[in-house]
Amino acid sequence: MNKLLTLTTFLPLLGALMVLAGGRGLKDEAARWVALGASLVTFIVSLVVLGRFDPSATQSFQMLERARWVESIGLTYTVGVDGVSIWMLLLTTFLFPVSILASWTVTKDVRRFMAAMLVLETAVIGTFVALDLLLFFLFFEALLVPMYLLIGGWGGQRRIYAAIKFFLFTMAGSAFLLLGILFLYSKGGAVSFRYDTLLGVAGELPATTGRWLFLAFFVAFAVKVPLVPLHTWLPDAHTEAPTAGSVLLAALLLKVGTYGLIRFNLVFFPEASKYFATFVGVIAVIGIVYGAVNALIQTDIKRLVAYSSVSHLGFVVLGLFAFTQQGVTGGVLQMVNHGLATGALFLLVGMVYERTHTRDLGEMGGLAAGMPWLMGAFLFTAFASAGLPGLNGFVGEFLVIVGTFAVSNWFGALAATAVVLAAIYLLWSYQRMAFGPVREEHRLLPDVNLREVVVLAPVLALLLLFGVAPKLLTDRIDPAAKAVIARVEPDQDTIDVGSPVRNSIVAMPAGQP
Amino acid sequence: MIGQAVLSTPKLAFEPVLPELVLVAFAIFGLLYEALAKRSEPILHLSIGLSGILLAAATTLPLWSWDGAATVLGGTVAADRFAVLARLLLLVIAALGLLLSDQYFARSEDERKGEFTPLLLFATSGMTLIVAAADLIVTFLALEILSLSLYVLTGLTGRRAANEASMKYFLLGAFSSAFFLYGVAMAYGATGTTKIATMAVALTGSGGTQSLALLGFALLAVGFGFKVSAAPFHMWTPDVYQGAPTPVTAYMSAATKIAAFAALIRVLDVAFQALAWDWAPVVWGLSAVSVVLGSILAIAQTNVKRMLAYSSIAHAGFILTGLTAPGAVGIRSAVFYLVAYAAMTVGAFGTVMLVSGRGEERTRIADYAGLARTNPFTAALMTLFLLSLAGIPPTAGFIAKVNVFSAAIGAGYWWLVLIGVVMSVAAAFFYLRVIVVMYMQEPEDVATSDTIEPAGPGVGAVLVVPAAATLLLGVFPGVIVGVIEKASVLRW
Repeated sequence: MNKLLTLTTFLPLLGALMVLAGGRGLKDEAARWVALGASLVTFIVSLVVLGRFDPSATQSFQMLERARWVESIGLTYTVGVDGVSIWMLLLTTFLFPVSILASWTVTKDVRRFMAAMLVLETAVIGTFVALDLLLFFLFFEALLVPMYLLIGGWGGQRRIYAAIKFFLFTMAGSAFLLLGILFLYSKGGAVSFRYDTLLGVAGELPATTGRWLFLAFFVAFAVKVPLVPLHTWLPDAHTEAPTAGSVLLAALLLKVGTYGLIRFNLVFFPEASKYFATFVGVIAVIGIVYGAVNALIQTDIKRLVAYSSVSHLGFVVLGLFAFTQQGVTGGVLQMVNHGLATGALFLLVGMVYERTHTRDLGEMGGLAAGMPWLMGAFLFTAFASAGLPGLNGFVGEFLVIVGTFAVSNWFGALAATAVVLAAIYLLWSYQRMAFGPVREEHRLLPDVNLREVVVLAPVLALLLLFGVAPKLLTDRIDPAAKAVIARVEPDQDTIDVGSPVRNSIVAMPAGQP
Repeated sequence: MIGQAVLSTPKLAFEPVLPELVLVAFAIFGLLYEALAKRSEPILHLSIGLSGILLAAATTLPLWSWDGAATVLGGTVAADRFAVLARLLLLVIAALGLLLSDQYFARSEDERKGEFTPLLLFATSGMTLIVAAADLIVTFLALEILSLSLYVLTGLTGRRAANEASMKYFLLGAFSSAFFLYGVAMAYGATGTTKIATMAVALTGSGGTQSLALLGFALLAVGFGFKVSAAPFHMWTPDVYQGAPTPVTAYMSAATKIAAFAALIRVLDVAFQALAWDWAPVVWGLSAVSVVLGSILAIAQTNVKRMLAYSSIAHAGFILTGLTAPGAVGIRSAVFYLVAYAAMTVGAFGTVMLVSGRGEERTRIADYAGLARTNPFTAALMTLFLLSLAGIPPTAGFIAKVNVFSAAIGAGYWWLVLIGVVMSVAAAFFYLRVIVVMYMQEPEDVATSDTIEPAGPGVGAVLVVPAAATLLLGVFPGVIVGVIEKASVLRW
């Protein structure tokens, strides 16, 4: 029975319903375990999906499931994964149990918190596997609500402001996405929202129309990524969100933006993508440098990590719009890497905050003496995030920079400065936290406990694993990246890394839903 | 044998107006009971009302497979599925409104008025008649029946705010009725008929009288714009929605919209279909102004009822967006939107009624602070309705918006959709604000939180219907789409 993706998508929702159905009778502890259990089972199912995924298959999308849903408007339930979305899916199912375990310390309205987390998981997975544009949009919008509740309900001091800002920014962006989708749909005779159908429609549009549509899609995803100047919601949302919220925002929700750029902008509007490439490159580079410089001057550690995300995501976008094999593969790799590394950073920042009750770097210092393990883990993650060779960040950044230099020296050089800046702000923040005189009230803080070890160990292990063996990821990313490039730059020779070349990105097995 | 009868009597088919006859009969029965009984029992009034509605629904259902003439009673009443669907919706809303009001008066200190149920039945009969009216004179009559009943219902509690609302509604309503009637006269002047079908034929191909017909249409549009609360004819809406007893607001916000839009659809897509190019600017103009004004003015509101009133103006605009697409496509999208809107607005006002306590005490947004903590079920219901009003998936509001937007884009009005989607964001802001207050703020005063009655079996059960509809139409809109498709063909 080939319903694995549906199972992966809706298992968390089932968990959420169970948590809610428990009512007031359900103890907090039980709610936590149910949530953790649901997300773990989801993770296991997604591993099966990974196992079944065939990197050498000739069609782009695998494990397709199709069902009619609302026939009158042509909305279908079509899901499937390719070399890009499979990793996004795995990243999602991996980080959710981690985040839920990290949220064991949440004591306010535990049931509702866990339910919101699980609903969010379903929505995020849905956006990554949906192959029907309206279905994608549905998940894309639906994930706002649980995230909004997480920030607004369990966040910091200015949580309400941050939550509303997050919601409105994203919704404003997605308004244009909806307009774009409906426009494509109507150009196609208003019969179907299916990915392959609309891809065909997009291919036949006049260049100007394609450019306008590119912009409509681009705005929606640029808000999510976020690209400067649409990023202002991010520092607030990341800073005010509870730990799990920050982790998931940074690791997954931003990826929805870059994923959308790959899945829709590049593939649907290749001509427009090339037309706007320089423009996108410029704002990506501005984001890289702007994010890094802003991170440098932050004293709030959470805000610092938030701005580092702006910088890193600029990297991803730059790689994608270089239209080279290395650039695109590096970009996708960086999506996974940033998810793991920044996710880990937010987890660690959360743990530090739970102990010191401050996020101000000026009020910390000497923490390494009392909690060597926690600070050690922080240093390790900071290295990974800064792109130290041997850890996961290196490969992706390297590929992006190489891929960018192939197109423009200026972009390559400017992007490279961000690597240096990243090392500075991360290590400097580590220094201010870990070294120096320890404050009196921080003298007796406990080091990591068992639960926190369980939270951190798998993430840190992956940072190392993907640093040593990036091929695990690139084997599956490469063919997908190649397919994207073949669409944008049909004449370019892609560097063959031994995987079969796809004949077309739309190749879906025959058969109607 | 003296001879065969030479006079052929017209065949009078009363079946298509049976629902109205039933409603009126039960309303009169209710009035007589109130007048003759020594002490009228609320439960009996409720039973009379509900049985009337039920019987009306039972007489409506067979009309779905009506195979007689397209119009009956001398071409004044249409007997198509469009009317059947609209009638059934109206009857469901009437039943919900009746149940909500019963709860409302049971808790309020206001004196219970026995005229309430009969008036509601009269209003409903006007509405069910207007959706089937195939003659502008009948449309006008039905419009007056429903309007006059609603004016009284609005002010029935005798509270100051209610009286003021009633007065305002009456004065402005009378004014708009005059416009409507003048429009009918103009249309008659242009075509020599008031029958919608004949009008359509008369306007096809003729040249000279079209300008007069357009003038008539413009005047009719004013009347309809008033009834559906489309800007700039929306002035009454905030005051009346806020001032009227909440269950009455719940009832009329949903039912009046369905009734007036159904009649408008008949005028647009039958009577004036030949002039579609000429009326299109009127429709998109009203649509754009309503969406923008409704959404923006709602942001500034501090009272939930008033906020929902402005939101209803914006929603009228969204429905008009769908109607820019001529023919069945536009009708389908508008009808789906009306169904979805009815579910969410009845639900939202019903929840407001729950929270407002005895009478109309707690209707400020600030009163919702911490509701999620004190009444999680009520807060969850309200959240569902608000998300649907904002058009967030997986609710009915989302699918409804996709429908009207894609209809409008198909007709080439992408910029109108652009206005719509941008204003949806502005609208999300004020809907969200209520959710913020419910979930993220602490109750202002713990003592008051006790006065909210928990969503007990009474209101809770009534609100489950719109809540289920809101979710079901969002997740499986297919359940009704087939019916709407069959009902979107106007017979004339």
